[in-house]
Amino acid sequence: MANETAVIDTAARASLWLQPHRIVMILIALGLVASAAFFMRWDWLPQYWEMGLMGIWRALWILAVTCALGFMIAVPVGLAQAAGSIWVAAPAKVFCTIIRGTPLLLQLWLLYYGLGSLFPQYPWIRESWMWPYLRQAWPYGVLALTLSFAGYEGEVMRGAFAGVPKGQLEAARAFGMSRWKIFRRVWLPQAFYRALPTLTGETVLQLKSTPLVATISVIDIFAVSSKVRQDTYLTYEPLLLLALIYMTITGILVFAFSRIEARIPVKIG
Amino acid sequence: MLAAGRWGPADRASNPGAKLIESLLPASAAGIIELLSPADGGWGKTLLVGLVHSLEIAVGATIVGLLIGTWGAYGKLYGGPVVRDLFAVYTTVVRAVPELVLILLLYYAGTDLINQVLTAMGYQRVDISGLVAGIAVLGFVQGAYSTEVIRGAILAIPQGQIEAARAYGMSPGLLLRRITLPAMLPFAIPGLANLWLIATKDTALLAVVGFSELTLATRQAAGVTKAYLVFFLAAGVLYLCVTLVSNFLLGRAEKWARRGMPSIKEAS
Repeated sequence: MANETAVIDTAARASLWLQPHRIVMILIALGLVASAAFFMRWDWLPQYWEMGLMGIWRALWILAVTCALGFMIAVPVGLAQAAGSIWVAAPAKVFCTIIRGTPLLLQLWLLYYGLGSLFPQYPWIRESWMWPYLRQAWPYGVLALTLSFAGYEGEVMRGAFAGVPKGQLEAARAFGMSRWKIFRRVWLPQAFYRALPTLTGETVLQLKSTPLVATISVIDIFAVSSKVRQDTYLTYEPLLLLALIYMTITGILVFAFSRIEARIPVKIG
Repeated sequence: MLAAGRWGPADRASNPGAKLIESLLPASAAGIIELLSPADGGWGKTLLVGLVHSLEIAVGATIVGLLIGTWGAYGKLYGGPVVRDLFAVYTTVVRAVPELVLILLLYYAGTDLINQVLTAMGYQRVDISGLVAGIAVLGFVQGAYSTEVIRGAILAIPQGQIEAARAYGMSPGLLLRRITLPAMLPFAIPGLANLWLIATKDTALLAVVGFSELTLATRQAAGVTKAYLVFFLAAGVLYLCVTLVSNFLLGRAEKWARRGMPSIKEAS
């Protein structure tokens, strides 16, 4: 019986969604895609698709690494602002303000050109094991994107930490938990659940920031499309495909996060 | 740290910290002032002109974005099914594609399209200035975000106010001007303030298409003088000043728009 109503429900929802005007719009969209496939030049695809896959892989890798590292920095930054004394809260606040107040492109160029021109002047840096990495562009891109994510997410985590009800922390203390255990078992998980909806948006924003690393010669998918444009003198085809790729990745990210959110059975009061 | 630049040469040799500062600031403190001075020989004027260009584009893009946003919010809330779906596609696509890609795509497609239309109508091809193209492109992007902000703000207006206005026989235009826009302002200002800050920072992306705003001007100045850190830090300070001044003014504006309403703490 319950199954039957569910079937009727999905059918009704599908028919509600597939209204006549939507069918027409979908047909028009398909027509546009088909005409793009027919009338635009795609003969460069076989030559570049391997490079493109590498670029997508690199962009996703940068996204994952910078989000993970940035979140690890964001937790102490948020905690310092929410509960720390003024000596830790003020530097954290200044960090967030600076990161959020200047364009990411400027931060990236500051690190790449600024630090990049500074390091070679020191023999001990040039002789250290880090030098082969510091000569490449990607560490600067990863650093800039990580700091940017930490700045934006630190502000979110501040609100999330402050929003956990005081009674929860008091109850944990009444149970005799140590401060670290309270943080690990009560404060951080609840703050994380609160921050999760914004985390989706922040991750999508971070994905949309990754093409900036192409300006410091990291070969991500954006750089590949620029190379195709230079090699073939085509303007629209690579850019349209690029937009489609980013839309697909965004869609997958949003879907994945909504699944994670649905798994957490918390009612936030 | 800046004072360290005035240390004597003997100090410099013995102090490793001084060497660090020395390389941080390739020129001495006096040299930096010379580099950044707005007078002849300094690059300060280039940076300030870049800043003005950035602000012009940010203001223009925000105005265009607000117009598109108001229109889009109305379309999404009160439009027919087709209009609603079209705006839904617009906001979804623009918010899912990186600004950098959109800027390139719209920059080339927009100028190309206008020129094709002009040649088809028998006019000369025109060179579209970077300023106009930048405002149009960023405004298009901002419009998608403002649509969502304004839509949410309109939904937050107590329904009775709009019904009362309709009951008095107000025309839709009068309703918009007298009731909807003023009543939604306190709900919309925090989101719109955020958008303004995003707009000021997004102008930096126009550096990639070669428009000489603050970030590109900085890079050119730094490239010529090789004083990368000095110039990028100076530009950062300029951007930060814009953000902090905007924060102050927008906070005042929000207070003004919320006048007579219960404070946020009391309301929640």
